[in-house]
Amino acid sequence: MALDPVARAAIVAALGPDDVVDDPVQTRAYECDGLTGYRVRPEIVLIPRDAEAVARAVKACHRNGVPFVARGAGTGLSGGALPVADGVVISLARLKRVLEVDPENRRAVVEPGVTNLEITAAVAAHGLYYAPDPSSQQVCTIGGNVAENSGGAHCLKYGFTTNHVLSMEVVLPDGELVTLGGDSPEQQGPDLRGVFLGSEGTLGITTKITVRLLRTPETVRTLLADFPSVAEAGEVVSDIVAAGIVPAAVEMMDTLAIEAAEEAVHAGYTVGVPAALVVELDGPIEQCDAEFTQVKEICDAHGCTRLHIAGSPEERAAIWRGRKAAFAAVGRISPDYFVQDGVVPRTRLAEVLGRIADMGDEAGLRVANVFHAGDGNLHPLVLYSAAAGETERAEELSGAIAELCVELGGSLSGEHGIGTDKACSMPKMYGEEDLAVMQRVRDAFDPEGICNPGKVLPTPRLCGERPGKYRPHPLEESGVIERL
Amino acid sequence: MTTPAGSADTNLPQTGPSAFDEHHPPSRELLDDCVHCGFCLPTCPTYQLWGEEMDSPRGRIYLMDLAEKGEIGLEGPLRQHIDACLGCMACVTACPSGVQYDKLLESVRPQLERNVPRTPSDRLFREAIFALFPYKRRLRAAALPGALYQKLAAVPAVRKLAAKLPGRLAALESLLPPVTVREAFATLPVHTSAVGDRRGRVALLSGCVQDVFFHRVNEATVRVLSAEGLDVLVPRDQQCCGALELHAGREDPALARAKRTIERFERLDVDHVVTNVAGCGSSMKDYAHLLADDPEWAVRAKEFSARVRDVHEVLAELGPRAPRSPVAARVAYHDACHLGHAQGVRTQPREVLRSIPELELLDIPEAALCCGSAGIYNMIMPDAADELGKRKADNVRSVEPAVVVTANPGCLLQIGKHLKDGTDGALPLLHPVQLLDASIRNVPVPRS
Repeated sequence: MALDPVARAAIVAALGPDDVVDDPVQTRAYECDGLTGYRVRPEIVLIPRDAEAVARAVKACHRNGVPFVARGAGTGLSGGALPVADGVVISLARLKRVLEVDPENRRAVVEPGVTNLEITAAVAAHGLYYAPDPSSQQVCTIGGNVAENSGGAHCLKYGFTTNHVLSMEVVLPDGELVTLGGDSPEQQGPDLRGVFLGSEGTLGITTKITVRLLRTPETVRTLLADFPSVAEAGEVVSDIVAAGIVPAAVEMMDTLAIEAAEEAVHAGYTVGVPAALVVELDGPIEQCDAEFTQVKEICDAHGCTRLHIAGSPEERAAIWRGRKAAFAAVGRISPDYFVQDGVVPRTRLAEVLGRIADMGDEAGLRVANVFHAGDGNLHPLVLYSAAAGETERAEELSGAIAELCVELGGSLSGEHGIGTDKACSMPKMYGEEDLAVMQRVRDAFDPEGICNPGKVLPTPRLCGERPGKYRPHPLEESGVIERL
Repeated sequence: MTTPAGSADTNLPQTGPSAFDEHHPPSRELLDDCVHCGFCLPTCPTYQLWGEEMDSPRGRIYLMDLAEKGEIGLEGPLRQHIDACLGCMACVTACPSGVQYDKLLESVRPQLERNVPRTPSDRLFREAIFALFPYKRRLRAAALPGALYQKLAAVPAVRKLAAKLPGRLAALESLLPPVTVREAFATLPVHTSAVGDRRGRVALLSGCVQDVFFHRVNEATVRVLSAEGLDVLVPRDQQCCGALELHAGREDPALARAKRTIERFERLDVDHVVTNVAGCGSSMKDYAHLLADDPEWAVRAKEFSARVRDVHEVLAELGPRAPRSPVAARVAYHDACHLGHAQGVRTQPREVLRSIPELELLDIPEAALCCGSAGIYNMIMPDAADELGKRKADNVRSVEPAVVVTANPGCLLQIGKHLKDGTDGALPLLHPVQLLDASIRNVPVPRS
């Protein structure tokens, strides 16, 4: 089914030719995001320059019943920005102004195409920073962070995107421009900001975001500790938390991940050790120093083989560069790999890692582990070679690891989102009723189903079955209650 | 359900014969190295300007990949977006997966030059550029006061351009700064002895644009190297190293120049072949790769490339010996792309500058972003280059320097042009060795 020529003309006219890409070859550059396994060529890519233009674009799509998908930097790992065939991609790459910095109230107002790190760069002179720090923070955009409720290494102490966004201006799926939330963190009525944030682009498109800023901590102490086994490192994490310490971040990498990261950035990681922890404390100097001593003692008690303390901001930056480049760096040690994202209760870290290792051995594949150990968010990377015909085996193993997380009382996704990738797995975590409620919320925002369709919730086309579409409640039919 | 982030061929098999011809097509392995993570986007100048995926390294590799799989042709979008690339290689620095975009671009550009015809006016303009820049004698003529065409009427490509496209000839001329007759025709001594105990012996590539428009930089380089204990040879009959042609995809003339340069320098008994031009250093270090499958030249090219050093590499490795007098000034260092990104030489120039007492070294915001010069880019894509030049000039001003230094003549011309557009035209723009030279000789810092 091709895009209707009248609809095409109306959509192109909404922005004008300079902000439209509709060449059949050029649009192919938009056919996937950071998840290249799924590809769909959009019919038209719109690249508006301001919020009003985004609203015009959405209105044109709505009027013509054409599905659209918002896209930031296209770094997502769950196919959340996968286009719809014959549909429109609305790129926010040109909405990248920092509109306002208000150091006194510790707020900044930014457009969605501003990268996560650019917010901090814009406010650093005031001794402030934006706390959530996804590993892709130098490239991923704040609009995408809002869509995915992105996390990051420091979310252990500071919370996710939702804890740092006060309000958003959004374009609803019918083209209406509204503001959700407000300057005060405490709002009256239903928390629509909270509903929208993390909805993976299915409820509308963010065009302006007011973020909270934090004061740059008085001091930051970072250490890199090597351990003789993953289990020992896992116990260190539990002991640190049990001691009442709230580290800014606790990250774990296993031997393969260390090898890849070190090869990419030469940050001083020890190649060959079974496990390494990056532990970071921040806050007032006295507290940091006292807790840092405690952390070192805990490391020693678990047979730490080398303890490297970052002696300068450059050394600290190097350690983090290594950790944050780890995903992409795995490309250096394996021709192909799958990035998995799951969560287990922190107390079961050692157990899940043991099981993953066994499953890898059984499948004859290597699994590298990089993860936010402090909150039990795993990123197992299944290494394989497509050329050697290992793709299917690797896909099965990666899927089995995600299911193992659910089985151990965890979750399907920690921060990468459900997107296209895990929509069909949703029934493993949620019952029919849960999914039906989610669908009702979505229908309330997007009754025509044109806003990032096919993502997050399972659909028959994607998954072959569906837990049932929303049916009106009898009370609703009788007019006692109404749909929002 | 899983997240494939591996090679780009996960779902796309070869659907037809490659659109590239068989002479050095982009290799499948290099294309597959890209995992589509997007870490290259923030430092890509064209993505920063236009925000379009096709004009990002990731998008360009995606199009190369489609062409290699036979899904799209070389003409149209592929050529358009490869032409728009500055070749600054900031993406190579940014890439965590080690994608060699430099090698990919180096194989794709000649493919396009060979297989996709250009419009007559585009061809004419490029012919004129390459009939002028690699030739010192013609550049000298062009540098003297008076209309470019009258001075170069003997060069057919320039004559044709003047007849058909006088506007573009004027654009070309506006980029050539005026120089004095003395400087345009000055030559360096063939041999300069080390001052004090000899620490080594080097040969200097004097360059084409560099030697005509920035002869004073070459003079400073010779003085500094000799003051630091090196014998300096400057072979008289050296020619262009081929950098401009190489980076524009004109493979045959570039390789011919590479061979001539190797021939001229390989017989000299020196430790290093030194250059003070980022673009020349990057191309000469690349000869080994370029000539790797030429049986007659492979070994000679490899030996030659192994001896090539940027002047800052040599100075940083030797360590300071000549006494320095203080230069109390705020100095902003601009990383030339072909030095920082292409050669990975970032710490050495800073180390050299820090060896000058009382000098306050400043880093420029968005340091990884190209200034828009990029070889011949500011001549063929003037609008994009102007935007980048303005942005760079604003970033330079933001750190309030008293002097700006950078190690490439293209950057000096481009940044100089855009700083002059502001109110601070008097800001001295120098090569780092000029500052070092002034410090060692204890003379005032030159104005240009």
